Amino acid sequence: MSHRSNRFVRAVLAAAIVGAATSASAQTEIQWWHSMTGALNDRVNEFAKGFNESQKDYKVVPVYKGAYPESMAAAIAAFRAGNAPHILQVFEVGTATMMGAKGAILPVQQVMVEAGEKFDQKAYIPSVAGYYTTSKGQMLSFPFNSSTPVFYYNKDVFEKAGIDTSRAPATWPEVMAAAARIKTSGASQCAYTTGWPSWVHVENFSAWHNVPIATKENGMAGLDTVFQINTPLHVKHWSNLAEWSKKGYFSYAGRRNEAEAKFYSGECAMLTSSSAAQANINRNAKFKYGVAFMPYYADVAGAPQNSIIGGASLWTMAGKPKNDYKGVARFFTYLANPARQAEWHQRTGYLPITPAAYEITKSAGFYDKNPGTDVSVRQMLNKPPTANSKGLRFGSFVQIRDMFEEEFENMLAGKQDAKKALDNSVARGNEMLRRFQRTARE
Amino acid sequence: MEKRVIFRSWWLPYLLVAPQLAITIVFFFLPAGQAVWQSLLNQDPFGINVEFVGLDNFAMLMRDEHYLASFRVTAVFSVLVASFGLVISLILAVFADRALRGAGVYKMLLIWPYAVAHAVAAVLWLFLFNPTLGIVAHWIKGLGIAWDPLLDGTDAMILVVVAAVWNQISYNFLFFLAGLQSIPKSLIEAAAIDGAGPGRRFVTIVFPLLSPTTFFLLVVNIVYAFFNTFAIIDAATGGGPGQATEILVYKVYKDGFKALDLGSSAAQSVILMAIVIALTVVQFRYVERKVQY
Repeated sequence: MSHRSNRFVRAVLAAAIVGAATSASAQTEIQWWHSMTGALNDRVNEFAKGFNESQKDYKVVPVYKGAYPESMAAAIAAFRAGNAPHILQVFEVGTATMMGAKGAILPVQQVMVEAGEKFDQKAYIPSVAGYYTTSKGQMLSFPFNSSTPVFYYNKDVFEKAGIDTSRAPATWPEVMAAAARIKTSGASQCAYTTGWPSWVHVENFSAWHNVPIATKENGMAGLDTVFQINTPLHVKHWSNLAEWSKKGYFSYAGRRNEAEAKFYSGECAMLTSSSAAQANINRNAKFKYGVAFMPYYADVAGAPQNSIIGGASLWTMAGKPKNDYKGVARFFTYLANPARQAEWHQRTGYLPITPAAYEITKSAGFYDKNPGTDVSVRQMLNKPPTANSKGLRFGSFVQIRDMFEEEFENMLAGKQDAKKALDNSVARGNEMLRRFQRTARE
Repeated sequence: MEKRVIFRSWWLPYLLVAPQLAITIVFFFLPAGQAVWQSLLNQDPFGINVEFVGLDNFAMLMRDEHYLASFRVTAVFSVLVASFGLVISLILAVFADRALRGAGVYKMLLIWPYAVAHAVAAVLWLFLFNPTLGIVAHWIKGLGIAWDPLLDGTDAMILVVVAAVWNQISYNFLFFLAGLQSIPKSLIEAAAIDGAGPGRRFVTIVFPLLSPTTFFLLVVNIVYAFFNTFAIIDAATGGGPGQATEILVYKVYKDGFKALDLGSSAAQSVILMAIVIALTVVQFRYVERKVQY
C-alpha cells in the first residue's frame, strides 16, 4: 500500500527535520499540527510568525498534517511512538475520543494555571466553551475555529422565479415552496442542497428544535448515552427530504462540503452548510446572495432554539518537558487576545468565540459592511442553550456519522423509508457507543 | 533433468537467503503477527486502555450485517475488475501483437495509464462521470439513462470498476503482449497452413500457450482488486453511496485510520488475509492444473 508507506516516509522525514531543527537552535520549539488549508493555512502561519516575533524563548512551528481525521490519526500514531506534537488541532467529532484519552492529553486549564498564564473560561461563548468542558466544569481544549450551519440563498434566482427576496424562507415548508417555484420556473438547475448531512440534518436539526440527539444531555453527562433520533419529528424531516429529493427539489451532493461549490457556481439556489463557507462563497459567487438562519418547523414548540458548533479546538498533548508547556500556554494567551480573535473571525467566517471579539467586530462596523456575517453568531446566541442544544459528545463519532450518512443515502436512493433509516442509525450508532464505553473510562 | 548446486559449508545457503528472509519477517510476518494480536484486543486509539477480548472483535463483525454485505460488494467488485481487466487487455494485446505501422505508439499509449497513480485515476474518472460537469455523464444522459453515482449504488460501482480496470489494463497488456510474442511463430504458421482461421488458431493454440501468463495475471488481478484499489475507492466514492462500494480493504482502512478502531480493523485485516491466502491456495491447487507450461 503505497499510501501508507508514503505517510511513513513523510513521518520519518518530518521527524528528522524536527530533530535537526531542535538541536540547531536554543529556542524551545512548539510543534503545532493542524488541518487548515489555503487561506486558512496562511492565517495559521501568520499566528505562529506573530507569536515567534513577539518573544524569544519559544518558536511555534505549524505543520499541516492533512485533513482532520488524518492529522488526528498521525498524532495518535506519533503519541504511541513517543513523539507527539505539543498542540494538535482536533475536529469536534474527535472531542470525545480525546477526552477519553486521559494520560495522552493535558487539560488546557491545567496547562494555563501551571504556567501562570491568565485564563478565564468565562471569556468564551458558553455554547463554545461547553463543548470542550467536562461535566465537572474543567475545560479540556482551547477553542480555535468554530462554525455553525446557516442557510444561504441565491437572490438572483429567487427574483427570476418571482419569489420575494427581502425575507429569506424561514421554515422548511417555506423553503420547499420556494424550491417548487424555482423548479417549475426553471430559474436554476437545482433548488436546494446541503453540506454535511449528519451535522445539519441530525445534530443541528435536533438542537435547533430543542429535542435531544441522545440521552444524558447528548452524551455530555455520561458515556452510557443512547441515540434518540428516530422520533416522529426526525422521521418527518427525513421523509420530507426523501420526498423532496424524489421531486427534484433537493439535490444530494455528498457527505462533506461538496454542496458549497454547487451553490456558488449557481447550480443550486439554496444551501445549508457551514458558516465558514461564506469566505469562499463571497469570493466565487457571481450573484447576489443572502445568509439566514437555518429553516425550522414552526409547529415545534420552542423552535428555533440555538444551533451547535462544528470546527475544531486545540489540544495539548502530554509527555513533553515541563518548560515546553510554558510556551504552549503563552501561545494560547497570544491567540486568545480579543483583537486577534476578532480579526480571525472577520477574515475566515469562523465564529467569534468570545463575546469580546464579537463586540470589537460589531463596533468596527464590520457586520454593517458585510451583511450576513453576523447570522452565525446570532443563531448561536439565539436563546440560552438547553441540555439539548449545548453540544454533543459521542465516542467513535467519526464512524457513527458515516453510518448516519450511509442510512441517509440509502433512504434517498429509495432503498428504505425515513423510519427505517433512522431506526438503523440509532441501532448502529448505539452499538458503537457501547463499544466505545468499554475502552474509555471517565 | 534437475540442476543442483552443492554448497560446501552448511551456513552459506542460510546466509544467502538471510536478507530476503529478514525482509519477509520484518515487513510481513511481524506486522501480520501484530495484526493477529491486535485483533484480540479492544483499545482506545491512544492505546491507554487495552483490554483483551478474545474473539469478541470477530464475533461483532460476524453479527454486523453491514460487514457481511461488504463481502458481497468485494466479490462483485473483484470479479468485475479481474474479468474486465483481463479480457480487455487480452483483446488489446492480440491486436497490438500484429505487424502494424506505428505499433510502438499504440503500445506506448496502452502502457501509459499504468504510470497514473490510483488516486489520480479515480479523480480523473470521477470528473468524467460527474453528473453536472462530466462529459461521459453528459453522453450517458444524452442516451436517456439516469446517471447519479452519488446516490445510485450501481452507478457508483460502475465508476470505481471502470477506474480500477483502466488503471490495471496496462499491466495486464504488457504481460499478455510478452506472452504472445514468446509463442513460436512456426506453430501458428503450421496451423494456418492446415487451414485454421484466426479465431480457431487463437482458441486452440494461442490461448492454451498463454495460459501460464493468464493464470499469473488472474492471481495478480485478484490481489490487486482486493488490496490495491482502496485509493481509487477513497478518492472516487469513499465507499458510498450507503455502502455500495465499500470493499473489505477500504473498510479496514476506514475503521483503522479514520475511525481509529484498531481492534475491529485488525480483526478485519486478519479475515482479509485468510481470504486471500485461501483464494491463492485454491488458484494454485485447482486452476493451475489447467495451466500448460
